[in-house]
Amino acid sequence: MRSDRGQSAPLSLKVAAACGLLFLHLPLLLIFVYAFTTEEKSFVWPPPGLTTQWFAVTWNRPDVWQALSLSVRVAAISTAIALILGTLCSAAVSRTKFFGRETISLLVILPIALPGIITGIALRSAFSLADIPFSFWTIVLGHATFCVVVVYNNAVARFRRTSGSMIEASMDLGADGFQTFRHVVLPNIATALLAGGMLAFALSFDEVIVTTFTAGQQQTLPIWMLEELIRPRQRPVTNVVAMVVVLVTLLPILAAYYLTRDGDQIAGSGK
Amino acid sequence: MTSAVSFQKVSRHFGSVRAVDAVDLDIVPGEFFAMLGPSGSGKTTCLRLIAGFEQPTSGSISIFGERAEGVPPYRRNVNTVFQDYALFPHLNVLDNVAYGLMVKGVGKPERHKAAEEALSLVRLPGYGARRPGQLSGGQRQRVALARALVNQPKVLLLDEPLGALDLKLRENMQEELKSLQKALGITFVFVTHDQGEALSMADRVAVFNDGKIMQIGTPEDIYQRPKTRFVADFVGSSNVLPPDFVQLYSGQHRWGSLRPESIRVGRAASGEGVSARLVSTNYLGATTKLALDADGLRLHAIVPAGTALPVEGEAVVLTFNREHLHLMDEPA
Repeated sequence: MRSDRGQSAPLSLKVAAACGLLFLHLPLLLIFVYAFTTEEKSFVWPPPGLTTQWFAVTWNRPDVWQALSLSVRVAAISTAIALILGTLCSAAVSRTKFFGRETISLLVILPIALPGIITGIALRSAFSLADIPFSFWTIVLGHATFCVVVVYNNAVARFRRTSGSMIEASMDLGADGFQTFRHVVLPNIATALLAGGMLAFALSFDEVIVTTFTAGQQQTLPIWMLEELIRPRQRPVTNVVAMVVVLVTLLPILAAYYLTRDGDQIAGSGK
Repeated sequence: MTSAVSFQKVSRHFGSVRAVDAVDLDIVPGEFFAMLGPSGSGKTTCLRLIAGFEQPTSGSISIFGERAEGVPPYRRNVNTVFQDYALFPHLNVLDNVAYGLMVKGVGKPERHKAAEEALSLVRLPGYGARRPGQLSGGQRQRVALARALVNQPKVLLLDEPLGALDLKLRENMQEELKSLQKALGITFVFVTHDQGEALSMADRVAVFNDGKIMQIGTPEDIYQRPKTRFVADFVGSSNVLPPDFVQLYSGQHRWGSLRPESIRVGRAASGEGVSARLVSTNYLGATTKLALDADGLRLHAIVPAGTALPVEGEAVVLTFNREHLHLMDEPA
């Protein structure tokens, strides 16, 4: 059954839909508003006054910069690792048939299906068993486990739509393996890789659970925010940072959506 | 003279499947060679062995005298027109055609000029700026052809290139491919499951079944003088006659074949011949195909349109010129 086209929905349905959307997005707006409040110890509504002084304060706090830079570096390197491994793995799985192919496919996707806390505990005990001290690289490894998945899923979907004879055609016309990759494979999977890469970056950038288990003394931006909420001092600084995080993660996801909207869905965006 | 392509006892096995089984083959330079057979008969695997996408399990392949085993596709002077055309969707038509020259390092003005010429050759001049997605099936087919020919291959391989086209377009392309091949003098190796296509286009035809070549010969050879029951039946659906029947007419106890158009159908009272019963008639336009039952033996006859026909179920007498009865090599 389907509702008749052209006939407008009843008012009650419209109201319900509006309420749903408001419930989802009003809290976000509140966060933005509190970034401008003059009250620094607690969040009171309505804000007693509006100011932009917290932007300057945030700018001058070294701990914010440290956390931000750590998060950006972790996200960038995890994404780079994911792009390389995810592409290679998806190429292997979709271009050849071998024993255990389905199993490998499942094992690659598993980290995103597992609760982050399981991944986190597993990695933490593995690191301590192997006597690997917690560092920047342990965070990167933790994040790479789920970043690989989104790149892999996007690339596999694209490979599936790419005709296998295209690669043979390229070889037939005189291109060796590298030339074929550079001139045929890469242009055909480029947008899928871009979408997967941006999504991976966004996932890594706001990740808390796995990071909690794999980080040592360092604080990534989301963890810094959690700590900051407990402190009574300069509360709106957190809100300013939250605004930045929303923008930094929203823009790539929007871009990924527009780049791949005709065709692939952004697999794994539910993490 | 060295063969364009030569197979010596070439086999290609996939696990226990013998896709190509000890095939010997010599393709003469400059000929239009067709590989004909039902799907799964090994003809496409043979083509892929020539292109280099498959390596033989055993035996040896040479292309213009050079050993081809272990040589990757990109080092063979052989180009392929793929069944699904395999055009690059991210490149326009001109860059698709120029691709082979681009990877060889030919400069842009030069390779674009060569690509334009190749497009004119397949009668698509001025289509260079379009994307493959904007072309019709027949046009894509021509682009695929131009893309292969621009490299001036010694052998052009065509994998069921007309399969996806409608009938009218297919007939046009058949003629065009044939005249293109004559004009260029390139050896064409053509894979098809359509016997009409193979017979009308090729200089020689190899009939494949179960990974083996059943018969190689000119279209006339294959059509008039099939060596085995399979060839007789697959190429133009000849009547296959059992040894006992053949012995009555030729004195030899061997399998025979008789073309449907060689059988004359007369009224039962009209004299001597094989008595049979008309089972059904099938009107085909210029001719009519009759299904006959001669004492349990199923036969087909083709008579020109306008012939007075018996009614279905009527008893008839079949006559044929004994010269038209062809004895096959296949042992009884």
